[in-house]
Amino acid sequence: MDFWCDMERWGEATALAAEDGEGMTYAELSQAADEHVVHLATPAGQRGLAFLLAKNCPEAILGYLGFLRSRTVVALQPAGLHGEWLTKLLDAYQPQYLWLPKERAGELPGATELVSRGNYVLLATRAPFSPMHPELAQLLSTSGSTGSPKLVRQSYGNIAANAASIAEYLDIRSADRPITTLPMSYVYGLSVITSHLLRGATIVLTNRGVTEKGFWETLKAREATSFAGVPYTFEMLKRLRFGRMELPSLNVLTQAGGKLSAELVLEFARLCRDQGRKFVVMYGAVEATARMSYLPHSDALEKPASIGIPIPGGDMWLEDEDGHLVEGADRVGELVYRGDNVTMGYASCREDLSLGDDWNGVLHTGDIARRDDDRYYYLVGRKRRFIKVFGNSVNLDEVEQHIRNQGIDCACGGRDDRLCVYVVDASRAGTIAAFVQELTGLHRSACEVRVISEVPRNEYGKINYAALP
Amino acid sequence: MTNKEKYDNVFMECLGLGAAQLSEALVYNSVKAWDSVGHMAMMAALEREFDIMLETDDIIDFSSYPKGMQLLAKYEVQF
Repeated sequence: MDFWCDMERWGEATALAAEDGEGMTYAELSQAADEHVVHLATPAGQRGLAFLLAKNCPEAILGYLGFLRSRTVVALQPAGLHGEWLTKLLDAYQPQYLWLPKERAGELPGATELVSRGNYVLLATRAPFSPMHPELAQLLSTSGSTGSPKLVRQSYGNIAANAASIAEYLDIRSADRPITTLPMSYVYGLSVITSHLLRGATIVLTNRGVTEKGFWETLKAREATSFAGVPYTFEMLKRLRFGRMELPSLNVLTQAGGKLSAELVLEFARLCRDQGRKFVVMYGAVEATARMSYLPHSDALEKPASIGIPIPGGDMWLEDEDGHLVEGADRVGELVYRGDNVTMGYASCREDLSLGDDWNGVLHTGDIARRDDDRYYYLVGRKRRFIKVFGNSVNLDEVEQHIRNQGIDCACGGRDDRLCVYVVDASRAGTIAAFVQELTGLHRSACEVRVISEVPRNEYGKINYAALP
Repeated sequence: MTNKEKYDNVFMECLGLGAAQLSEALVYNSVKAWDSVGHMAMMAALEREFDIMLETDDIIDFSSYPKGMQLLAKYEVQF
């Protein structure tokens, strides 16, 4: 049984511990999760979509679990999401419900309050119910999206598989007490929560960061045993002379969310070894639910530049530009991952929520990597499909896909500060220029549309970008 | 320049604020720019400006505009 349906088994164990020490047991959490969803008014045989504006608080977690348990699709966004963006997302996805902090309820004048708990309120909109894929569980934001409300479609199987794999390689136990350092709406933050609830551990909840005294006071008072950090977290920790802090309960640090320099990995790996802690570097993406690889803590000193090995249940390999397998040590290729945590695909509007599995368990990460003799992987760069335009990353593949979704064959190229869209149909050139500007928010001077006779492709049907004029 | 002027300049430059926004009410996270990134940038700027080395406890205790002035007194920065 999936862990969110089976939390009662942990009974009186503490599931959530707040800053002030107030706790909630697994029995209480299960009950609270169900209490809130009985107020949903989803017609029999249908499923609703709920937007959850999450803080690291019991209400957000019990709401999240209630949605999973009632098979209500849940879209997670930060509680501080800009109002304009919220409106844009609500327009695109037409959710039936919102579970959000009371102070934001006023932004939805047309919605009806169904129930409230603590500082959260459940609202019903008037959006009609429409079919969604039966396995679709949740929607999360991807970073680097270009102007569109793009979300990643994750299934129930994805959540269960990734949480179980993470719990296995980190050897998570019910006695563990992670403290939240990342927002719950961020894929890494959410994976910390799910992988620990799976094992009956206690989540210590705070919205504070490592630069705040209250964070460290909570960590000590609630005897947290682990926390997660992105590269910038570790840069701050270094600056805060983390090594000198007295934190006797802490025994695991994990790092993901970008590449931490090998020097900092070494520094934290040494520090952790000396203090009897584990330091675990990990690699992943929202397209893979969360995690794809990890560097076992015992290898951190020897291979500090590595993203490690595939997570349990996952498989990795390298491919060249034509999709051929790259074999042997120290040769580079695109990193490809296969596993049950590879998500269903992207969505950009409500209709997309009925789509099936676009990727069939295989994710082309867009990261260029190499592998050493021990089959440990190393990132060496991104596939050259990003350009920087006035400091903003523009994903060429994404822009290309958006144009293709309009029924127009095209290829996107260009260089920094100059996006170039190649099209075959000259009559659409003007429309495309306007569409791309709206999509990316780029100034018109930075975008050029060129008409070509044919989009060049290789024998496998992939676009040959090198052959563009 | 007085210490107060130096202190105010660091706040205005690191957080992109005007003089009118420097008040008792200016606390961590009360303006968007004073997040963890802005905080660490401001601590580094204060260390440079006053030629001091802030202790960890003081960096994490630096929770408001007035609190910062109190903390800097420990480093013999008088206002």
